[in-house]
Amino acid sequence: MEFFNPNSNVNFMGIRRYTVSISVILMLVSIVSLATRGLNFGLDFTGGSEVEVAFAQPTEQRDVVVALEKAGFEGAMVQRFDTKNFSIRLRPSEGGESAKQQAADESGVDARNNAITARVQKALDGSGHPAKLKPSVFVGPQVGKELATNGIVAVIVVLSGIMIYIAIRFEWRFAAATVLTEIHDVIITLGFFSVTGIEFDLTVLAAVLAVDGYSVNDTIVVFDRVRELFRSARKDGPLEILNRAVNNTLSRTIMTSLATMLTVVSLYFFGGPTLHGFSLALIVGIIIGTLSSIFFACPMLHIFGVSKQDLMPKVRDEAELARRP
Amino acid sequence: MLEFPRWKNILVIAMLLFSVLYALPNLFPQDPAVQIIANRGHLVDAAFKERVQGALEKQKVPFKSIEQVRDELLVRLPNPDTQLKAADALRTELGDDYTAALNLATTVPGWLKAIGGNPMQLGLDLRGGVHFLMEVDEAAVLDKRMGAFVDDIRSSIRSNSIRGADVNRSATGITVHVARADDAAKLSGVIANDIPQLDMKTSADGTTLTGTLKPAELKNINDGAIEQNIGTLRNRINQLGVAEPIIQRQGASRIVVELPGVQDTAQAKKVLGATATLEYRADVGTPQTAAEAAATGAVPPDAKLYFMHEMGPDGKPIPVLLSKKVIVSGDQLDSAASSTDSQSGTPSVDVTLNNIGARRMEEFTTDNVGRKMGVVYIERTPETKVVDGKEVRTVHITEDVINDATIQGVFGKRFQTTGLASLKEASDLALLLRAGALAAPVDIVEQRVIGPSLGQDNIDAGKRAIIIGFLSVCVLMIFYYRLFGVISVLSLFANLLLLTAVLSLINATMTMPGIAGIVLTLGMAIDGNVLIIERIREELRNGNTPVASIKAGYERAWTVILDSNVAKLIAGVALLAFGSGPVKGFAVVLLIGVLTSMFTSVTVSRAMATLVYGGGKKIKKVSVGGGF
Repeated sequence: MEFFNPNSNVNFMGIRRYTVSISVILMLVSIVSLATRGLNFGLDFTGGSEVEVAFAQPTEQRDVVVALEKAGFEGAMVQRFDTKNFSIRLRPSEGGESAKQQAADESGVDARNNAITARVQKALDGSGHPAKLKPSVFVGPQVGKELATNGIVAVIVVLSGIMIYIAIRFEWRFAAATVLTEIHDVIITLGFFSVTGIEFDLTVLAAVLAVDGYSVNDTIVVFDRVRELFRSARKDGPLEILNRAVNNTLSRTIMTSLATMLTVVSLYFFGGPTLHGFSLALIVGIIIGTLSSIFFACPMLHIFGVSKQDLMPKVRDEAELARRP
Repeated sequence: MLEFPRWKNILVIAMLLFSVLYALPNLFPQDPAVQIIANRGHLVDAAFKERVQGALEKQKVPFKSIEQVRDELLVRLPNPDTQLKAADALRTELGDDYTAALNLATTVPGWLKAIGGNPMQLGLDLRGGVHFLMEVDEAAVLDKRMGAFVDDIRSSIRSNSIRGADVNRSATGITVHVARADDAAKLSGVIANDIPQLDMKTSADGTTLTGTLKPAELKNINDGAIEQNIGTLRNRINQLGVAEPIIQRQGASRIVVELPGVQDTAQAKKVLGATATLEYRADVGTPQTAAEAAATGAVPPDAKLYFMHEMGPDGKPIPVLLSKKVIVSGDQLDSAASSTDSQSGTPSVDVTLNNIGARRMEEFTTDNVGRKMGVVYIERTPETKVVDGKEVRTVHITEDVINDATIQGVFGKRFQTTGLASLKEASDLALLLRAGALAAPVDIVEQRVIGPSLGQDNIDAGKRAIIIGFLSVCVLMIFYYRLFGVISVLSLFANLLLLTAVLSLINATMTMPGIAGIVLTLGMAIDGNVLIIERIREELRNGNTPVASIKAGYERAWTVILDSNVAKLIAGVALLAFGSGPVKGFAVVLLIGVLTSMFTSVTVSRAMATLVYGGGKKIKKVSVGGGF
């Protein structure tokens, strides 16, 4: 069976004004959201503490949040494991002062942890929900800052590395179009996390970088076909060729996306709570990456004005001719 | 006719055999175990084995087996619960003489281990434990070092009889005010010679010198502080009884410490936060008197009985009698570095004392040339024990004599310990001296506790995700591409095997992000097959013969497979370079997965395709789905 008519010729390039407009709008929304709302950075980046809470009786999440707010915890994140078990995440400023009063033979971390645990305990006891607490994670604020910087550097290195490689293997117009597509994918994926307010932690950052690699892969497959068609085509104009390249690779694009999507979805549903954010970033990134390689990459290539002359392997031919006796 | 070179077939078979063999160890379950290591002066032998067995039977702890592996005893237990019980029972029974550590013991058969087959290690998130990220206080280290330089400059001023000089620590370095410009010039020369680590500048009027630390030296000092901390942490964690701890440098000033199986962060932190000091003391005994004192317990009133850090030839610690009076203590030591003695050519350690220490050392050595002097390394670990239901705070002190050498002449500030057996011994001694003297304070900047049940949950979830992800890709591929789908799926399975084999062979640590990497690799690796099959379909559609189409499909898809995988490799390398901890594990799997998938999706699948359609058969149809 086939999902797509092999001779299909959907006029993707004909609707490029609309598709690119949609892409640009999505990017603008993402940028605005990133600038105003920002990302809901996880403990990895902000620093802070996480406390595991086990209630004696089943308790509603809202009750926990209310109890914490009453006690003056700001920005505490309550996550529910099951009816009795919760985790509470607190920003680094919490419990700072009382930490100093702790005994001298304990390290700063212990002091802070103990202070926080005591305050949370008090807040929950006061609300009539007896619970047992266990501090589980502490991250210093400095660590988080460095991770964020490293993440940004990593994204830049990936983008420029790929740009250089494509400029060597293809041509600079292809490199520029690929990198624009990449930036598009990364910004919209980040925008998704910004708009939804889903927690952005270290594993999500790793997923965003992996998505980067994946979506370049998609774009390269289409561009490889563009190059091949340009070299073999006699009379077609660039628009027809770009359109044919997208159509020819459509079946492959969808099949690979489907296969990757199946594994990532299985990761989301069966991989456990630690990988939720990670697999969600991959799901979003793969959807965006697939769509961008169909609707966004070739229009970009067209804007840069790629033509048949740019792609003929002139230099090599001349060199080969020169070598002939 | 479809052909495939014989050497490539052999390569494919060899690679498959290799994959199966080295992926195999991961199928053997790991037994929860307690590993018993003898502390100094105690033996692990048949009698000890019986004692352990007796202790376990008395506490009614069921165990699978007790075996002796070199100098250690390994008790295998049926489940994690009994493991904890057994460890508790053995710790009570054996006390401080032996260390009982929780461990996982492999059940991989001997022949497989002999050829290097080992299962992947499980990361902390899969087996539970505590994770610390420690940061060395660089400012404090630097401050101490600069303080020592200030002392040195003061003594240079004195010994060169320069008047009206004033030395101060400034925010950026050291400033020296001198009354006369010619004195300043002279002093500048002296400092440049004595303390090459400093960059000296003279002010315009010639009376003020400013010294800043050379950037290379700053790096040296920081590196030294990290290295010293890692060394001492390793020693202490061994005491804690943790099997397979991870102690690694991360970045410029951080140290990662991972202790699998440990759940009590307070106790772990106390051991990690132990403080060490040094004491130089006169040796007031002879080997005979020391041995006598050790045997009878009758120690002379002015002396104290110590034991050497190294074992004697009989495998027992060597006793030493040292004076109760301390000559020089650790805080008076400025630096210690291993080197080679210029006269004898043997490995040695160069020690520099500060001015107070130098004076006391000179006084002592003047009267004691030809006698011996020992260095005691003392470590204090705060401990909390529950006695009669009450928490009692005690300090656990370990004292070791790390060196006992004859005083060859009168010395003060700088001296050398020579005649050490090897360069390693010299560097170990220097490390211990620095650890006891130049304590670089460390702060814990990150702490995570992963419960053991969470680890098991994560393993189960990871396995489920891999199996379901793999099976759903199988269904999609076979449904859509028929026989070529089957070939793709088989080569994808070969990829999974090869990836597991390589990860096991390089001793990779499997973590949750690593499992995510495997699942994602499975999804992305199929791309190579999809590209090939789609190409074959196209060639068929263009009216080519089946054989020519298969050939062209593999050949023409290769360049695009290569290009797209290089892009993935670039992303993987960046992840590896800039990621930390969990991200690194993901990156390693992704990178190796890309490389193995290039081999399996192209070469392995082509070998299979040739097997089906090659060998001179006449082929009318290719089973790629889509009505061909």
